[in-house]
Amino acid sequence: MALIEIRNLTKRYQTEAELISVLEDVDLDIEAGEYLSLMGPSGSGKSTLLNLLAGLDKPDAGTITIDGSEITSLKTNQLADWRASHVGFVFQFYNLLPVLTAYQNVELPLLLTNLSKGERRERVEVALNVVSLSDRMGHYPRQLSGGQEQRVGIARAIVSDPAMILADEPTGDLDAASAEEIMNLIERLNSEFKKTVLMVTHDRQAAERAHRMMYLEKGVLHQ
Amino acid sequence: MKHARLVWKNLTRNKRRTILTSLSVAVALFLFAALQSVLTALAASTEVGSESRLITRNATGITFPLPESYTQRLRGVEGVGSVSWANWFGATYIDSRNFFAQFAVDAESYFPMYPEIAIEPAQLEAFMADRSATIVGRGLMEKYGWSLGQTLVLQGTIFPGDWEFVIRGVYEPDNPSFGDETMYFHYDYLYENSGRRATPGWFILELSNPTAATEIAQRIDDDFENSTAPTQTETEKAFQAGFVTMWGNVAFLVRAVGTAVFFAILFVAANTMMMSSRERVGEVAVLKTLGYKDGLLGVLVASEALAISVTGGVIGLAAAAVLLRNNPAVSSILPGYAVLPSTIVQGIVIAIALGLISGFLPARQAARLSVVHALRKVA
Repeated sequence: MALIEIRNLTKRYQTEAELISVLEDVDLDIEAGEYLSLMGPSGSGKSTLLNLLAGLDKPDAGTITIDGSEITSLKTNQLADWRASHVGFVFQFYNLLPVLTAYQNVELPLLLTNLSKGERRERVEVALNVVSLSDRMGHYPRQLSGGQEQRVGIARAIVSDPAMILADEPTGDLDAASAEEIMNLIERLNSEFKKTVLMVTHDRQAAERAHRMMYLEKGVLHQ
Repeated sequence: MKHARLVWKNLTRNKRRTILTSLSVAVALFLFAALQSVLTALAASTEVGSESRLITRNATGITFPLPESYTQRLRGVEGVGSVSWANWFGATYIDSRNFFAQFAVDAESYFPMYPEIAIEPAQLEAFMADRSATIVGRGLMEKYGWSLGQTLVLQGTIFPGDWEFVIRGVYEPDNPSFGDETMYFHYDYLYENSGRRATPGWFILELSNPTAATEIAQRIDDDFENSTAPTQTETEKAFQAGFVTMWGNVAFLVRAVGTAVFFAILFVAANTMMMSSRERVGEVAVLKTLGYKDGLLGVLVASEALAISVTGGVIGLAAAAVLLRNNPAVSSILPGYAVLPSTIVQGIVIAIALGLISGFLPARQAARLSVVHALRKVA
């Protein structure tokens, strides 16, 4: 059984003028430990699919089953709990809280757990060590480069040890060198830490580094 | 408590805005404490008067005197134990702004009737022996730096001219609401020095049977109904309450101003919180993505409003408690004026309510935020 099973997933948006179909009858299986990239033009529904997989949005039809749980039937609060323990989300624009240090940003997901302060510290240090930013713990986002900010974002995504990493154009705001670093890091999360990764990207080179590449166009998924 | 740091960091994100909002709440709560203390002082003053003493005054008004000959007739009324009388003097000290209550009293009958006015026996004896003597409250002594034996010169207004008095005694009231900024002197001194124009302003009757106060008051007024100066008699407590009734509109005004200030500050605080919340829409969406529940985010946002409001409230109430304590400018008008602990408690409750109400809308906004829309907006 696949880790992620998507069946007949449909999502439409109602604008003032018309009903837009973003995803239409999408079926997809993603195995545990798989690294999958998703490409497609702007507005093709890539981010919508990612949001649905993260439980941030509700489909109009179809189901998403992740690790045996059908998340499309969960209520808002149940989804929040599920997300906290199962999903690590990496944003294009890092989305770190500017008033918190790197350490405090990474610690945020752990504040929702029953871990002690010491246990939290241990986990945050490990996560920052994985992204090679142990020496930047006390730095605020404004004191970090774009690449470093994204590495903190990745540390935040993995600190609660989720099975699945969802990355929405993680290199979209970075220069080539920083993008390469991030891609290496994501690859390492998959190969070394066995994380299932689904990455949305516009960058063909980045997409080709995945085990499998999918193409989404006008709401329809192509292998 | 794990999230206290996040609340604190958000509060200190825009320090100037947080401080100014907190100070606006502080000013509002200072004002509340000041105004509420006026109301409590007014209410307390109605409790000062005794139920066992009657006040008989001219039915036309308190400013119209009564004939001295009424003394004997009042003494003869059944149920009346003893009779005394007093006059409002209305002079100023050095400057017309230095105004305080002065009463010319029939000392022999007056002070035994008022155990509330505590004076050392030796001082009372010295006062009785000296016709130009005066007894003044401890508050007045401290306010003007007077000392026992000092001669005061007051400028008369109702009874013009310079009036000399020698301080022979200092009283301290047993109840702060009675006031310690009053001056008492001999009625005889007023009578003689005014060219015998003074007559009693009002009579004070001590009842041998206080339970019959209403009947006795009615009988007195009936007796004098057809005289040249009809009377109005009531218990001293009712007499005091009558003065407070004259403040009636002030009490209403005080409440109206207090309510207006509350809502003005509420809107200021709510607007500030809304602005602060709107600026962080993206961050709230990120926290939701990390697994923060709607309720928790609402509580975090409301906590910020509560912290701003309670901090401001504590500052304002503390300032009121310190600055309004023994404030001569107020206590000379309203004896017993003080910021009571009950006012402080009410103020804290108001500050909490202000925080909760002003935090409600932004908290609800944060809780209901659509992550997808918010993230799209940020991107």
